[in-house]
Amino acid sequence: MSGPRLIAASAIEDVAFELTRQAAIVIPKDYSDGIKAMLETEENELSKFVLKAMVENWEAAETDRRAMCADTGLPRFYVKAGNEAMVEGGFVALEKALRRAVARATSEVPLRPNRVHPLSRADHNNNVGIRAPEIDYSFEPEADWLDLTTVHKGGLFGTDYRMLFPGDGLDGIKKFFLDVLVQFGRRGLACQPAIIGIGLGGSKDTAMTIGKQAACLRIVGDRNPDPKIAALEAELKALGNSIGMGPMGFVGTSMVVDCHIEVAHTHTGGMPMSVHAFCLSSRRAVARLRAGGKVEYRTDPAWFTSYHRREGVE
Amino acid sequence: MKEIRLKAPVQPEDLAKLEAGMVVYLDGVLYTGREGLYRRVLDEGLGPPVELAAVSNVNFHCSPAAAVRPDGSYQVGAVTATASFRFSKWMSRWFDVSGCRMIIGKGGMSEEDYRQHFVPNGAVYLTTVGYGTGALLGRGIKRVRSVHWLEELGIAQAMWIFEVEAFGPFLVDGDLKGNSLFEIENRKVNAKLTDAYAGLKEPALRRYGETTSRRDEVI
Ligand code: SF4
Repeated sequence: MSGPRLIAASAIEDVAFELTRQAAIVIPKDYSDGIKAMLETEENELSKFVLKAMVENWEAAETDRRAMCADTGLPRFYVKAGNEAMVEGGFVALEKALRRAVARATSEVPLRPNRVHPLSRADHNNNVGIRAPEIDYSFEPEADWLDLTTVHKGGLFGTDYRMLFPGDGLDGIKKFFLDVLVQFGRRGLACQPAIIGIGLGGSKDTAMTIGKQAACLRIVGDRNPDPKIAALEAELKALGNSIGMGPMGFVGTSMVVDCHIEVAHTHTGGMPMSVHAFCLSSRRAVARLRAGGKVEYRTDPAWFTSYHRREGVE
Repeated sequence: MKEIRLKAPVQPEDLAKLEAGMVVYLDGVLYTGREGLYRRVLDEGLGPPVELAAVSNVNFHCSPAAAVRPDGSYQVGAVTATASFRFSKWMSRWFDVSGCRMIIGKGGMSEEDYRQHFVPNGAVYLTTVGYGTGALLGRGIKRVRSVHWLEELGIAQAMWIFEVEAFGPFLVDGDLKGNSLFEIENRKVNAKLTDAYAGLKEPALRRYGETTSRRDEVI
């Protein structure tokens, strides 16, 4: 199979390798700008010290070309394929290319070989294994490109799920949001200030998935197009920053660099909710590949398109 | 904020100067070690891979993003600590066996741990900052002196001996008086916590849990 409209599998591997390196080393500008803005308003000396150290750390990572955090997280991919896009060798070839890129980047960047078998704890030393890296898909009508996003989320802390009920209303949402920030914010276990992603609705797995994607695939400053959800995002962000806790759990006002909410239609009796914290190493990198070999790099995944959030039958 | 630069191995008179909340940079030699090392030495009774007291008395709870090059040399990229609270049960015995006097890690331990395990052994605890300052810390590592138990424990858990320069920043969490910076800050945060929740009603369905008080920590 060949032809002008095919995206080459070898190009996918090279781009995925480059994205993996970029994500590990270069902090996305939206996130670092968000932290610099917090430095302007933070008044607590300890909290300020932490934020300043983070800004210096990102500069050191870029200058030295080394990973910004030694916990290089769990590399994974989000693939958005235009409906007209065609990959040489099909999607099996694409998945092979992504797995190869992660294995190679692990020794060449280097990344920490974080992925182990959950029971034997055996480590392949390449961040590849059963369902690793995860690869998620989304599609886009009337497009012939392929968007590859890599996210290296770290953090054993900062994520939680709860089944709320319709009667719990906004109070329930706010309270659970605060619970998660407070329990994982102490001592800075969540490595805040973080981009907090919230998944509301769907079934349990959907709530988890969209909440994580809200944290990892939307940039600081982005707002949900639904004005009511956008208002809640702003309200929760302000609420999180008013707890009195900042970086490392010190006294402060810098907890939530932004808050993103994604929703899914859910069971009439329930309101599942998930909360996710994308940490001080909010690592993501994106590239758009086109047939013919053209590649454009960026840091905004643009994952939640209006097609992705569609409501109607068609 | 007060800042101090210390030589590693550390001297008791230097440790006495440290107070919770001070900024510390280190020059000298230290080693990494976490549950893999503690288990082998303390639980399985294997002798340490090197004469620890002769190497350093500074133990870093960390696993570096490192790789072994084909020629056998080491490439250390970034260095970040791992959460220390999980290791407190080994600390008293570790201080005994190793002569360690300074633990560097992520997030500290409890004030109670400091008073029970650290203070009686003349040991302090420093926390990394952020915690994602991996690149800054990576810069501070000038040389890998040696690696032990790489095969047995893997890259992340092996004992790496580093020569460091201006290695930091760290913050003193546990000082020799048994103070914990994190707990001092926790108490201040707790004083205002009820305000954040003001007016929010409890959800219809409660959850079984280990703690029901927001003043408690979950570590
Ligand atoms: S949560 Fe993020 S910043 Fe913190 S140690 Fe993990 S990867 Fe690094």
